Amino acid sequence: MVVLKGRVWKFGDDVDTDVIIPAKYLRSVDKTVWPKHVLEGLDPEFSSKIKPGDIIVAGKNFGCGSSREQAALAIKWAGAAAVVAESFARIFFRNAINNGLPLIEAKGISKAVGEGDVIEIDLDSGGVKTKNGALRSAPLPPFLQEILKSGGLVNYYKAHNK
Amino acid sequence: MGSTAVEKIISSALGRKVSEGEFVEAPVDFAYFHDGTGPLVIDALDEMGVDRINDKEKVGIVFDHSVPPYNDQGATLQAKVRRFARAQGIPRFHDLGDGICHQVIPEKGYVAPGQIVFGADSHTCTLGAFGIFSTGVGATDLAYILATGKTWMKVPETLMVECAGVLDDRVSSKDLILEIVRVIGTDGATYKALEFAGGAVRAMSQASRMTMSNMAVEMGAKTGFIEADDKTAVFLNRPDGKRFKTDRPVPKIEVDAGRLEPQVACPGSVANVKPISEVEGVHIDQAFLGSCTNGRYEDLYEAARLLRHRKIHRDTRMIVIPASKETYIDAQRDGLLDVFLEAGAIIGVTGCGPCLGVHMGVIGENEVCISTSNRNFIGRMGARSSSVYLASPQAVAASAIEGKITDPRRV
Repeated sequence: MVVLKGRVWKFGDDVDTDVIIPAKYLRSVDKTVWPKHVLEGLDPEFSSKIKPGDIIVAGKNFGCGSSREQAALAIKWAGAAAVVAESFARIFFRNAINNGLPLIEAKGISKAVGEGDVIEIDLDSGGVKTKNGALRSAPLPPFLQEILKSGGLVNYYKAHNK
Repeated sequence: MGSTAVEKIISSALGRKVSEGEFVEAPVDFAYFHDGTGPLVIDALDEMGVDRINDKEKVGIVFDHSVPPYNDQGATLQAKVRRFARAQGIPRFHDLGDGICHQVIPEKGYVAPGQIVFGADSHTCTLGAFGIFSTGVGATDLAYILATGKTWMKVPETLMVECAGVLDDRVSSKDLILEIVRVIGTDGATYKALEFAGGAVRAMSQASRMTMSNMAVEMGAKTGFIEADDKTAVFLNRPDGKRFKTDRPVPKIEVDAGRLEPQVACPGSVANVKPISEVEGVHIDQAFLGSCTNGRYEDLYEAARLLRHRKIHRDTRMIVIPASKETYIDAQRDGLLDVFLEAGAIIGVTGCGPCLGVHMGVIGENEVCISTSNRNFIGRMGARSSSVYLASPQAVAASAIEGKITDPRRV
């Protein structure tokens, strides 16, 4: 059983990948640039506030827009343990799983938690514990859980193509 | 019980009947990426330990995001992709200046109706306009496809958008798709296939249909499917391919194209769409005509119709970028570029241009741009405090002349 416990940073609906990592930082051979600008479009100071193990909570359609995988990488490398949202845009969803960043789609999460709350996520069951009670969500299909547990699609490929 | 066109495409590829909601591992007929996503695709292949990709004949690479590169690191990253293309012997490699990937891939006829196509760019849904199941993914997904020739996906539900009526003069498929985004919202089609149908869509040119399909992702959709017909075959120069039709009941939205006035998506959200009459008069600093949404010949032609013998307002700059070299040559031959230059516009090199806010027309603090592109997120085209209004080529041209948002029917 994989349980993650972390402090919440809260965002709204339709957080797009341009605000997660503006395009001007993408053309860089130095990948450490990306987490330094994570979510800069909404909060220019965010990269200095987030601590390893924190959890991002958002409304509907998180990660909409561009397919830039740097959005998932910036969040992961900034230290976020997971993203919990009302819903995710599909390309971001795939990118996050492919890079081993856990996502939980939990209806009602926006109302149930506030910034700074501590929540607990059970990745196997999809359950989220908040101070206002527990939320249930559908767990990922088994093969997606396997990709996640492998640490991403690259490792999954290596494990299945020896 | 019939099937949706998208179910039929996937069933045909797998050799067994599939239905919406099923997870499948499907073979991919064609996959492509650009200079923006390419470096991460190559990194993922390296990490996977893949020396040779699965089938170099099923791959396209088009440099379109940084044309030409605007910093040394961008140039270095492009050189990396160029070396990869040569080492793998990829024949369908388009270096700087050939155009935007979603334009070049169909223009060259690399794809055909009935195929499954994946691209490492969110606007890969544009190719749905050719009766293709096409969708965007990230770089690692694309690397997996290059390595194995297949990928996992969930067979999507179809949401049919039936467009009746005939568009008025100076009202375009861009206005129609903006109206549809307003109705469906930014996530109303998440994980679904949108299918555009009805008299208005059948009557449209293939280029106009691409504008519709291009914006499917702005509603969260996987693809923006349109049934292929003879116009599709002519555009692709591909008489082959399989034409599939949806022949079972699916959820449907109806839109009357005949009653539509020009539409504008106001800053912050693509679904923040209003009739142009409600936003007329807003001052603009820049007008941009181009992108994978509206950089085709007919878009340039419609804008030039309004700009001929007129001047762009002195408080406004206008940037015009043809979507491909082919478009550029056609526009030059027919004198459209002269019209833009004489009106005072700047013509850029073919590519994505300023759409993603990194070069060729970045906007400053508090500046306002009216653009034919597809996204108006916070800071999309420049400073965080800048704003973007999305509109048709006609509305962008009319607004450039007046220096403020203007209904093209009044110019």
